[in-house]
Parts: sequence; C-alpha cells; structure tokens
Amino acid sequence: MDHTKYCFHCGLDIAPTELIVFSDKNFCCNGCKTVFEIFSQNGLESYYDLEKSPGATPLSNSNKYDFLDNEKIVKRLLQFDEGNTQIVQLNIPHIHCSSCIWILENLRKLRPEISSSQVNFHEKTVRITFNSQTISLKELVCLLGAIGYEPYISLEDYDSGKKSEDKTLTYKLGVAFFCFGNIMLLSFPEYFEMKEYWLDQYRGFFRLLIFGLSLPSFFYSASGYYVAAYKSIRSRMLNIEIPIALGIVIMFVRSVVDITFDYGPGFFDSLTGLIFFMLLGKMFQIKTYSFLSFERDYKSYFPIAVTRITDAGEENIPIYEINPGDKLLIRNQELIPADGILVSAHAAIDYSFVTGESVPVMKECGDRIYAGGRLNGALIEMGVLQSVSQSYLTQLWSNEVFEKKAKRQFQSITDKVSHYFTPVLLALAFAGFGYWIFRNTDTAFNVFTAVLIVACPCALALTAPFTLGNMLRIYGRAKFYIKNATVIEQLAKVDTVVFDKTGTITSGKLSAITYEGSYLSDNKLGWIKNIVRASNHPLSRMLYDFLPEAKNLTVDKFEEIAGYGIDARVDGNAIRIGSAGFVGAKADVSLTQTVIYISINGIVMGKYIFHNQYREGLSGLFAALHPRYDIRVLSGDNEGERAVLETLLPKDTIMVFNQKPQQKLDYIKLLQIEGKRVMMVGDGLNDAGALAQSDVGIAISENVNVFSPACDAILDASQFSRLGELLALSKKAMLTIKWSFGLSLLYNVVGLTFALTGNLMPLVAAIIMPLSTITIVSFVTLMSNWYGRRIKQAANVVKYDKYHGLGQPRKVILNTQI
Amino acid sequence: MSVIYLLISISIIVAICFFIAFIRAVKTGQYEDDYTPSVRMLFDDELTKTPDKQLQTQAKKQI
Repeated sequence: MDHTKYCFHCGLDIAPTELIVFSDKNFCCNGCKTVFEIFSQNGLESYYDLEKSPGATPLSNSNKYDFLDNEKIVKRLLQFDEGNTQIVQLNIPHIHCSSCIWILENLRKLRPEISSSQVNFHEKTVRITFNSQTISLKELVCLLGAIGYEPYISLEDYDSGKKSEDKTLTYKLGVAFFCFGNIMLLSFPEYFEMKEYWLDQYRGFFRLLIFGLSLPSFFYSASGYYVAAYKSIRSRMLNIEIPIALGIVIMFVRSVVDITFDYGPGFFDSLTGLIFFMLLGKMFQIKTYSFLSFERDYKSYFPIAVTRITDAGEENIPIYEINPGDKLLIRNQELIPADGILVSAHAAIDYSFVTGESVPVMKECGDRIYAGGRLNGALIEMGVLQSVSQSYLTQLWSNEVFEKKAKRQFQSITDKVSHYFTPVLLALAFAGFGYWIFRNTDTAFNVFTAVLIVACPCALALTAPFTLGNMLRIYGRAKFYIKNATVIEQLAKVDTVVFDKTGTITSGKLSAITYEGSYLSDNKLGWIKNIVRASNHPLSRMLYDFLPEAKNLTVDKFEEIAGYGIDARVDGNAIRIGSAGFVGAKADVSLTQTVIYISINGIVMGKYIFHNQYREGLSGLFAALHPRYDIRVLSGDNEGERAVLETLLPKDTIMVFNQKPQQKLDYIKLLQIEGKRVMMVGDGLNDAGALAQSDVGIAISENVNVFSPACDAILDASQFSRLGELLALSKKAMLTIKWSFGLSLLYNVVGLTFALTGNLMPLVAAIIMPLSTITIVSFVTLMSNWYGRRIKQAANVVKYDKYHGLGQPRKVILNTQI
Repeated sequence: MSVIYLLISISIIVAICFFIAFIRAVKTGQYEDDYTPSVRMLFDDELTKTPDKQLQTQAKKQI
C-alpha cells in the first residue's frame, strides 16, 4: 500500500513531518493551506471541484514586485490606462487546467476592485480590468502571487509594443472560399450543357455573375502570388510563383475573352478553386504554438527593474538606467542584471539560465559576478561594472547573426524543382503555339493559353505545404515544436550535429553521487545526514537526499563557513564536511568534478563526488546518429568529464571544452565555412549565438512553457533520446514530397496532352484540377502519417501527470523558474 | 421565369451576409482563442455556491 499523502491544494506528496491537516484536508505547507483558506472564505471552493489538486504553492517573497511602485514602469506595462479603468495583460505560466481559468476569471470575488478578468488558455495570459485608484498593480500582482498564480513579468513586456497579428491570410482565404463556392454553384448548369430553352436564356446572366464573383478572388486573394512572381523575376530566380501567377493571369484573360465573345463559359471555376486550394495550403503550413516563443533573447529573462542603493536610500529603477558604478541590491531568487563585483561577503549564484549547470557557484567578496545568474540565499550588494547591454552575456546579442538570421535565404525543394519546371513549361507553350500557328491561328492561341492553364503547378505548389504542415503537427505531438516548415527541410539536410554539454546531454538537475574512501558505518552516515540537514547549501541538500534515512540526532555545534564547509559536533564527534583544505585532506588535482570531503575527529574518511547526470538514452542516441552524422560536443566547462564522455560516446566524437558563448558561435561558423550543414542542440543563453548561427538550432527544454533561448525548434527534454528518430522522420518527409512531385507531374502530362492537341474543354480542366489537388493532398497526408505513426505511438505513453493523478507525481518546478 | 433573377440575387445577398459575419468574427478575435470559451461556458452554474459561513466567521474573529 502506498501511504504517501498528496497535498489537497498542489498535489505534491507530503513529507510526514510537514503534514498539516486543516478542515479534514491534507496540506504540504502553510502556503497551500492559506490559499485554501482564502478560497473557502470567498466561496470559491469550486476551484477544487473542477480539477483535482490544481494549485501551486504561493511564493512568500513579497519584495519581488517592489518595482511596481515605480509609476514609469507601471505605465509601460498597462495596456490601457484612463481614469478609473486600467487594463493589464499578465503572463501566468501556471495556467494549465479549467480550475485555473475559473479562479482567474473570478478574481472579482476576491477583490471587488477588479472589474473583470479574462484568460487566454493557449497563451497562458490573463487580461485584467481594474481600477488603479483602489487597487494598485502591485497589489494585484501580489494577490495573484498569494493564490499561487504568480505572473511572469520580464523586460520583454517593458520593451515591446503590443503585437498585432497578421490576419490578411485569413481574410484572403475567406474571400477565396466565398468566390469559389458561389462560382461552383453557378457553374453547374454549364457542366451539363443541356440545350434547354431557359438555361440558354439565362446563360449571359450566369456568366456575368460568375465573372463578377471571380474579381475579388483574382485581384485580392491571389495578389500575393503576383507580388512574389514579380520579386522573383527581378532577382532572376525561377520560383514556383512565376508559373502560378502566369497560369492565374492567363486563365483570367482567356476566360474574359471566352465569355465576351461567347466562345464558352471560361475557366472561372478552376481559377477560383486553384486560388482557394493554394491559400489553404499556405494556411495549413502555418502551425503556431502560441504558448511558445522562438524569438526570445535575454530580455525575456531579465527583470524589469532592480533596487539601487543611493545615499538617500533604496529606489527601484528600470534596468536600462543602471550605470557602471551603481550599487545594487539583489534579493534571493533575483537575477543579476549586469556584470559587477560582489560587495557582500559571499553569495551562491545559480547560472542555470546561462550554462544549464544547476549547482550554484560560490562567490566571495570582490569576485566578479556576471549578468544572468540567479541569487540563491540571503540578499547581497553588488557594484556594477558594465551597463546591461555591455555585459559579458548580453554583448552576444550585438553580434550580426541575430540580425541576419531573419533575412537568410533558403532555397526550398519546391523552388529547386520549379527551377527546371518553369523553363520547360514555357518552351512547351511556345512549341505548341509555333506548331499550330501555321495551321489555325485560333487554335494556336487556344493551345498556348491551355498549356499555361493546365500546367499551372497547383498540385506541385500544394505538395510541400501539406506535407510539411502535417509533419509540424506530428512533431508537435511528439513534443518537438518547430518554428516553421522550412526548418523541416533544413533538418533533412543536416550532416553535422553539435551538442552542448551541460544541460543538454546532461540533465542539469540531479547529480549522481558516489563515495570514495574508508568505510562509513551506518552510525557515521547518520551523523553526516543530521549535519547536512541543517545546511541550505545546494550540495548539502543533494547529499541529504542521497544519504539513507537516519534517526534524528541533536547537533551540538554547527557552524557553516561559506566557501569552505561545515564544522559540526554530533554525539561528541567533531565532524567537518567541505573542501579539501578545510577538512585537511590532500586535494586530488586530477579530479575536476565537484567534491565534498568528510573528516571525523580529524581523520579524513573520504569524499563524495558529484557527477553530471547524463540524459537517459544518450549512448543509444549517439550510436544511432554516429554512422550518418558528424557529431561534436561543445562545452563551456572544463575537461573534467572527458573521460566519462569518451566511454559513453562513439570513439571519434570530437569534443571541445572551455568554450565561451562567442567561441561557440565562431566554432559553428567555421564548420559552415567547411561546407557542413550544422544542427546545434543547446539549452542555455550561452548557446544562443551558436543556435542562431547554425542551420538548425534546437533548444532542449525541461519545461517548454518557461524557458528556452531563441531557436528554430524546441525539444522537450523527455524526448531527447528520440532525436535520432525525429531527424530520420524529416528525411522521410522529403521523400514523400519527392514522390508526390512525381505524381503531380504525371497529372501535368495528362493535362498537357489535352492542351497540346487543342482539346482542353473547361469541363476537363474543372475535373483535372480538383482531382489532382485531392489526390496529392490525401497522398501526402497518408504518407506522412504512415511515417509518423511510430513517433506518435511512443508520444502517447503517459509518463506522469500531476494534474490528473496519473503516474508518479514529481516536483513541479514552475515557481522556482519564474 | 424572371423569378430566377430575384432568387439568385437573394441567394448572393445571403451569402454576402455570411461573408461579412465571417470577417467580423475574425476582426473581433473569435479565432484567436478557441479553447477558453469552451471551458468558460460550463462555469456559470457552479458559481452559486454559498460561502462557508463557519469559515467566514472564523476569519472575522482572526481579524
């Protein structure tokens, strides 16, 4: 039987010593209990009825939002601000279920000053309308924090204007569908060509209506193709847009001529159908993950404001106003915004945002501390050396690759095919024209236009969007989120894969611990466990979790000397835990891992070694990738793990250590100059440059909702070992496209024989066009689903699900990452 | 037979009305969030729960 109790509010398992029972419910901490109390006092218990244990532990750090006292900052965060009505949109990463929506939309029951609030679930945002006369933004944010929905406010919110989404494609598609549908209906009488009296009577009226309906589609919906064709002619590239635009224009002109001289009904039905299907393909190719961002830079992670210490006291200033020489106050869990010197005695700084390394680094007074680190522990003072944009880390973003990336041209597979397709098509059209002109001038013009109409590469143009669009969705279900369709094409071309080490191939979170030295009895282990329990140092916490259960003993003397270790006395034994010098051991220089030494009564017993924990399936992944790809490991760390890596990875894997962010970028550039197509897999902000420089940059993320640097794709860390499969799938996608190109060319050949013999009736065109479209679309969808089926199956296995009680609950890390 | 002019004109006008409705729907952002409204519409019935009197008085005592 499983006796573990889960917290009624947040669903985490409760340590037996910390259990709080309140109104017959179990809680893991006072924070969770308080939230429950707040809700039940205000009649909001339905929160717990909608989903089981939906909450999160509230954070107690109330100083964190002091910067919201600064009017200037508040003004920039508000979306709307006039009189008694203020609107703010806040990003809340914890939003995950219907309970969250319910409670956030009922905020007005907690505070009547809030007039309304609306959640956007996909974007994980809440839009709150309130009256700042009675409740300030800071109070509002603190209220959210107090109920476990802490908003995530970053420099990005401060900077960017409100983005307006581009809806033109939706409008164009709507117009195209409207025209297409109505024209199809009105064209029916013509298809049957019955010589009925009344049909003939109204033919003129029908054709006029059809002509009128085709105008918006031709001039508005298809306008993008004319522009693209014009651009590609100017840049002397034979894009797929040229034959498309040519086909559309010719079709329209010929149809107009046909109906004005009463030669026939024209091709308006095929024309509007073509435009509609091509726009549909375009739409399908766009798969956006509104909760993800692929464009993040350091601004998304940096705070908006910091506390500056002046002679007059403390003040909150926007971080752009930090100048070298300023003195800043950094509190627990706050980010260090600029490079500087530590003024306080010591500090533990967690650089996991930057390097992926989770074990905090100890700094002493006078040490240099770099921007991007997060403070762990008591508040510190620091002196600023560089302004924010000039700091060691942020400087990286002044590199030109961040500008260039957007503009870089990539020749897609469709462009390549049309490179041959377009000239051949034009040659055929003119050859047909030349052949018929000596026999029959009328037929000659008919043939010329018919060739261009029937060969209009509708099916060709649809292949890639539908295949890649479908692939994006399949990848998305496998928790591999790709920015756009071109990334899949580039993925298929990659021949070199570069991995970052810390946080990418190591999991960055748990460290494996081993012990070397003299035997430690259970008694002694118990002493050590009791000592480290009192310490808040991250290594102590890890060691505490690692050691076996022991009964509680009183620690008679306990002294923690920062940067050295712990000096303690238990059961009359003097025990020292810490660095080699501190316990009196000889430091083993060959070891480059993190080590803690233990001495009991002056005798050095041994040492605990903290290893990097490699991700599951790492060796398998590398072995699978090795025959097909050139694999490299690029690390910002020292060579300490080289030996371990060599045993894990294929023999000739090239490993480069001690790489700074800029060096990583340059390394990728060098590989590219050698003619390699590089995929970079990284995680921290220090990889941002390399990710931007590489052909495909993939960010590994433990929690896709919260953290990832700018990249082309985001891979959920749990899927890391399947990277090889995902890469193979991209090749399959390209194969599907090639097959489908063959199929659509076949249709073109059939259509062209009709066209060249001068027999292309509007009805034939009206049949071939949708037929080819439907077969192509279903072919590529079936093929890509077939290839993707294994990926999907595996992704369906539920690993854990805290929110619905499936699998083993595990620590939710949302709050610590905010 | 001229009724056909009338009928077709009406049908086109109806179609245009729907088209305008679509454009308005896009403009007002109905296609931006397709999940939250579906959850929200189920809430209204559950709001009527009366607050727990006992807990409320307890809270007042604490204050």
